[in-house]
Amino acid sequence: MFGKLSLSAIPFHEPIIMGTLLMVCLGGAALLGWVTYQRKWGYLWSEWFTTVDHKRIGIMYVILALVMLLRGFADAIMMRAQQAVAASDAAGYLPPHHYDQIFTAHGVIMIFFVAMPFVVGLMNLVVPLQIGARDVAYPFLNSLSYWLTASGVVLVMMSMFVGDFAATGWLAYPPLSELKFSPTVGVDYYIWALQLSGLGTTLSGINFIVTILRMRTPGMKLMQMPVFTWTALVTNILIVAAFPLLTVALALLAADRYLDMHFFTNELGGNAMLYVNLIWIWGHPEVYILILPCFGVFSEVVATFSGKPLFGYKSMVYATAGIGLASFIVWLHHFFTMGSGADVNAFFGISTMIISIPTGVKLFNWLFTMYRGRIRFNLPMLWTVAFMVTFTIGGMTGVLLAVPGADFVLHNSLFLIAHFHNVIIGGVLFGLFAAVNYWFPKAFGFKLEERWGKASFWCWVVGFYLAFMPLYVLGLMGMTRRMNHYANPAWQPYLIVAAVGAVFIAAGIGFMLLQFVVSIRNRAANPDLTGDPWGGRTLEWATSSPAPFYNFAVLPKVEELDQFWADKEHKRAYPRHERYADIHMPRNTGAGLIMSAFGTVLGFAMVWHIWWLAIAGLVGMVGTFIVRAFDTNVDYYVPGAEVEKIERARLVPLHKLIENVGPASAGEKVA
Amino acid sequence: MNKRSLVSAARWSCVGIAVLLLSGCNLELLSPKGDIGMQEKSLILIATGLMLLVVVPVIAMTLIFAWRYRASNTKATYAPKWSHSTAIETVVWTIPCIIIAILGTITWRTTHALDPYKPLDHQAKAITIQAVSMDWKWAFIYPDYGVASVNELALPTNVPVHFEITSDSVMNAFFIPQLGSQIYAMAGMKTQLNLIASEPGSYAGLSSNYSGAGFSDMHFTAIATSQQGFEDWIKKAKASSSNLDDQAYHALTQPSEKVPVSYYGNVKAGMFDSIINQYMGDMSMDKIGTTPAQASAIPSHNDHAKAAE
Repeated sequence: MFGKLSLSAIPFHEPIIMGTLLMVCLGGAALLGWVTYQRKWGYLWSEWFTTVDHKRIGIMYVILALVMLLRGFADAIMMRAQQAVAASDAAGYLPPHHYDQIFTAHGVIMIFFVAMPFVVGLMNLVVPLQIGARDVAYPFLNSLSYWLTASGVVLVMMSMFVGDFAATGWLAYPPLSELKFSPTVGVDYYIWALQLSGLGTTLSGINFIVTILRMRTPGMKLMQMPVFTWTALVTNILIVAAFPLLTVALALLAADRYLDMHFFTNELGGNAMLYVNLIWIWGHPEVYILILPCFGVFSEVVATFSGKPLFGYKSMVYATAGIGLASFIVWLHHFFTMGSGADVNAFFGISTMIISIPTGVKLFNWLFTMYRGRIRFNLPMLWTVAFMVTFTIGGMTGVLLAVPGADFVLHNSLFLIAHFHNVIIGGVLFGLFAAVNYWFPKAFGFKLEERWGKASFWCWVVGFYLAFMPLYVLGLMGMTRRMNHYANPAWQPYLIVAAVGAVFIAAGIGFMLLQFVVSIRNRAANPDLTGDPWGGRTLEWATSSPAPFYNFAVLPKVEELDQFWADKEHKRAYPRHERYADIHMPRNTGAGLIMSAFGTVLGFAMVWHIWWLAIAGLVGMVGTFIVRAFDTNVDYYVPGAEVEKIERARLVPLHKLIENVGPASAGEKVA
Repeated sequence: MNKRSLVSAARWSCVGIAVLLLSGCNLELLSPKGDIGMQEKSLILIATGLMLLVVVPVIAMTLIFAWRYRASNTKATYAPKWSHSTAIETVVWTIPCIIIAILGTITWRTTHALDPYKPLDHQAKAITIQAVSMDWKWAFIYPDYGVASVNELALPTNVPVHFEITSDSVMNAFFIPQLGSQIYAMAGMKTQLNLIASEPGSYAGLSSNYSGAGFSDMHFTAIATSQQGFEDWIKKAKASSSNLDDQAYHALTQPSEKVPVSYYGNVKAGMFDSIINQYMGDMSMDKIGTTPAQASAIPSHNDHAKAAE
């Protein structure tokens, strides 16, 4: 009846897990109780859960990412604490069985359920606004993508309390991830969580490619798109090209585990090297999927806060496209030590280095954007400067690892761990934090306060250096990754410093949450009245903050790069219109949420081999889709009169404001 | 004020890194004890030095530009429309290209010179050691001497060593940091590695690819010693009464952790090849063992489930 599932699947004997479960239950109950008490369920359902508005979906993605950041970081600090005490073969406080799940979960969560939803959420929030569109090309699909990602999250979180999670490392290399060596349900949770969220990501990629190619406002040529949109376009092309590979690799692994196939086993001609290749052909583009949009963020931020157009826009676009293309011919550098010949290794080493050329050009372009600028050091810019310094170091160690002769001794060492945290924290996370501070007013209509934001910034930066510079040294001392305990006492001081760094980062996260709370409480003190709080250059700043649900009452006309900046200069920003046309908008739908709920059931049932429930989940998923496909009531028109009312409420006070302080600087001066 | 604290933070972190580096005089990878390791060390230093030629100016320019063009410094030039310069663009594309061209050339050469499969160019004749990773220990077979050991290997200094490596379980990696390169150990496959030790000593060896619950204790000692010392070590192994036959091998493959060093005075001929062949399915010529029960030296599901607990 219940497949492999029984009460013994709940780890009652693990105090850490049971304590966490208790906290989650109490916290969850408090949250649900509060929402009920406030009678907000109807509001949440009709305004958020069923929304197809790209801005709200974007916000929900980012909230999901921030919540999962807490989970992923809890894993991180537990690992740091374990390694700080488990010297000279002391056991520490985490047995391998638990520790191995933690480092696996940390990697999986941080990449798939923090960085990915954060990046996708950001693209959701910003891209349609930057190209002057009213929504994405397929609004329902967008909602489905979000909820599929959420169902992946649900499965990963469930694995902590019901059963266990994979203890294989975040890429689940076979044969370790095969049934013979991982007989529990951990790897199955891994497979189904990633399949569900991966499907969401692929759909989202298709959606954004079509949106960017087909829905730009009249007149906007490709070479007039803001750089963030360019990076989003390249990223989504990478998603569509790479994610099916992940789906295939995981499907083959699932076939091994469920159908007794032997694609990657030791026996019967199976070959694990096939999986390692497949997963990295997805895996390397994946890191560019994460970093390219962040490069876009830095490009927007550095231009805005330097008060200058981005230096070398065309270079930037070609560099982005070049990085995207090259990211598909470097995957083998993740396993030079597999024994490929020297020609193969040298090819992949050199192709990897070549990527550093366009990346280096980007750094120089940001530098020359700052050159002869008037740089305002608001939080987005602080994060950008910290990124430029930190990422340069990470890039250098990355190129070093791309030299096969060096990688032969550095591979899988803590040097490697330090390198990729250096680029993912110093590049992706810093970029996302810059973006949150930069676009927050556009999403909510008020700015984030800076005092706690700066406290968070310094804790993160100092914490990062303390946590990861010692890891470079440990790598040079021959310490390998994923050790539960170690014999060499000389490693311990460095690991203690790294643990202190993790504490600083914890403070950084804490201050960031405090920054949100304080900003929301004092939101009246930091309002964004103009919609252009930073003196922006691109279209998203032309509309109000928060943007109305239809984004633009009249689609802006674009004739050049940085059109909004030019409009402000020529005093033709914020045009008055005599009359407004009706606006065609998509209707909210719960179909995405319901399909994903069935998807979660399907995944859970597959994990535990509850076949009847799996069939029910699949039928529910497909059935909901069919019902939705026959629904003709999917859109409506906003009457021009209503648009006019909303626009008047904004423009009348705005024009008074501009008459007082002048257009170009209205935003900065007022804010 | 922000910029100043940024600059000072950068300065302090540089000092911090330097202190950390200096305090750890014992950086294994930077004090190699064999020719391959030495070449890899100088490769790391040369490549790093080459990249610092760009990295240092970029970091310096970032901090200088951030400071000089801060909004409060109204004396600095402000060029609000300037966004293109063919000269600068040419330079910023050219400099990384040149550096990468040099580094790429070095990479091509060293990747061939340091190819782990390439026999070392040395007047002494290489000895062969066969390494097998298991859950969770290393077995070393000396085919020329008919002995084997667990979690300890010996090698004569200034004699090239040809390692043949496989796994009887999941993927591992064979790595002696102070001697140089590592290479994966994979079931059903033979990988190779050629190393040499120039100084006598006991060097830490490990698996550098995570392989499950007992992975952290999967280390071994590599004893580099004189020819005489090596022969003595072989003699010590020969003196062991244990035989590495099919039965002993099957027992050894059972998952176990923190396995003490042990020796086998005698090894069944062709043992290493038959370990590989057991995973070749119908292609295998000779399976380990004689009876069907013994034919599977592979631990069953239950063994692993137990070991994981």
